[in-house]
Amino acid sequence: MTAPASLAERERPAAAEPLEVDRLRESFPILRQDVHGHRLVYLDNAASAQRPEVVIEAVSECYRTYYANAHRGVHALSEKSTDAYEAARGKVARFIGAPDSHEVVFTRGTTESLNLVAQSYGRPHLRPGDEVLLTEMEHHSNIVPWQLACERTGARVRAAPIGDDGELDVGAMAGLIGERTKVVAVAHVSNALGTVNDIPAIVELTRKRSDAAVVVDGAQAVPHMAVDVAALGCDFYAFSGHKMYGPGGIGVLWGRRDLLATMPPYHGGGAMITRVTFKRTEYAAPPHRFEAGTPAIAPAIGLGVAVEFLESIGLERIERHERELLSHTLGRLGDLPWVRVLGHPGGGPAGAAVVSLAVDGAHPHDVATILDEQGIAIRAGHHCAQPLMVRLGVPATVRASFGLYNTHEEVDRLVSGLHEVRRIFG
Amino acid sequence: MSDLRDLYQQVILDHYRAPRNFGALEPVSACAEGYNPLCGDQVKVYLRTDGDLIDGLSFEGVGCAISTASASLMTEAVRGLERPQAEALIASFLALMTGDGNGAAGADLGKLEVLSGVKDYPVRIKCATLAWHALRAALEGGDSQAVTTE
Repeated sequence: MTAPASLAERERPAAAEPLEVDRLRESFPILRQDVHGHRLVYLDNAASAQRPEVVIEAVSECYRTYYANAHRGVHALSEKSTDAYEAARGKVARFIGAPDSHEVVFTRGTTESLNLVAQSYGRPHLRPGDEVLLTEMEHHSNIVPWQLACERTGARVRAAPIGDDGELDVGAMAGLIGERTKVVAVAHVSNALGTVNDIPAIVELTRKRSDAAVVVDGAQAVPHMAVDVAALGCDFYAFSGHKMYGPGGIGVLWGRRDLLATMPPYHGGGAMITRVTFKRTEYAAPPHRFEAGTPAIAPAIGLGVAVEFLESIGLERIERHERELLSHTLGRLGDLPWVRVLGHPGGGPAGAAVVSLAVDGAHPHDVATILDEQGIAIRAGHHCAQPLMVRLGVPATVRASFGLYNTHEEVDRLVSGLHEVRRIFG
Repeated sequence: MSDLRDLYQQVILDHYRAPRNFGALEPVSACAEGYNPLCGDQVKVYLRTDGDLIDGLSFEGVGCAISTASASLMTEAVRGLERPQAEALIASFLALMTGDGNGAAGADLGKLEVLSGVKDYPVRIKCATLAWHALRAALEGGDSQAVTTE
């Protein structure tokens, strides 16, 4: 099962063409609504993005016309569901540059993907005294699974430091990698700051110093930039459907085939076996070994359509659009002396369109309430990155995170919203 | 924006900017912590009693305007009360926040009424009640474990 060449390749618009955002917005029915009497400005895409009509329709069509369990029946509906489910796997493989679609494991999301690696790869490879190296900017889902694996093996978690500017200190990270390091697990893009980590560089310095596996949390990268796992050179790459305009409840773990082949199952049950007796069970080959039970069939199919949707637009164009949004946002916020942006050193041309900020004299929750009253959805809190909040010396932040459908006018609405915060709290 | 003005009344903003009875209390009879894991807000309440009389009450912590102002107003309202009165006031305040019978537990909420706007913002109710749950825990003898809103 080799990933087929992209059909969308030839139809893809020229990379230089700007996004027709107004037309794209029409594909997202949820954006056509008012909240508290104002047109919705949705800037919480790092938590969860919205879905285009084609994805909603694909899920609906599956349930309406051909849904049945996959890999089970010989009847027509089961065959069609199985084909559509496996075709979605192929689309995802092609989308992330996986050499082989057998390397694409469907999970419930990034969190489950990382737990799967921690339990099925981490635990068998960790011995007392071994180390799992993370970074200070990780999401809890790339911390806690490793702590669980370490508790059971006697290994320990370490964290590579970041600078005050939110950038990873790669030199210090190199100093922490040694022969005890068995796993290096790092975010591709920080969910709280938008920092983009140089994965090929991290892979290179890991390979020089250890035989550790490099695990990448790609949840915040895949919707926003072209990701090619082969080019990144990592061993595992995890991401979620719901952040990339796909359905909830579906995610992906990509893993190198030779590593997946040696890993024990994560869950036991149906679909992940070749033969079961009470004495012994033979496990199926990857990816099915890791997909016990009835999978999220319709969401997987919807994810395949979300992938095609992103390909039809072109990740390079999405990335450029979001970079312009980021630059506009940082420019406008830079004019407000009472707003402090975290991360994004030097105006942040290298960062992703996630902006954490602090407003003088106003707690993030109060900012969130006042913005919500104006129809602006942002996130306030610790963003499931409490160690990062401690590192930056803030209890919480206000986070605006952008998607392909956001506009410069929405950035301006955010800025007016912050002026209202200032009017109340200034 | 009339709704927001109901929520962020001047009294609330004033208590947020200049919280009363802020800081540790010495000596102290009991203390208890409240923690909202959803947002990271935390408050520690220090209680000093003389028999049934609450003769000292203070708090410290990090929180939003609503949780800070609520804690600050609470210390003013509860200081000098006898324990049963304080317990009744806690019940009344929590009832006001959850909309159960408009403070049917009977105690006069007085100045605390400025927080009544919070009940129109369901996700913020936990901010307003955090310190009160901590106070209740302190009255019950203090905690070895923080009370949480979850």
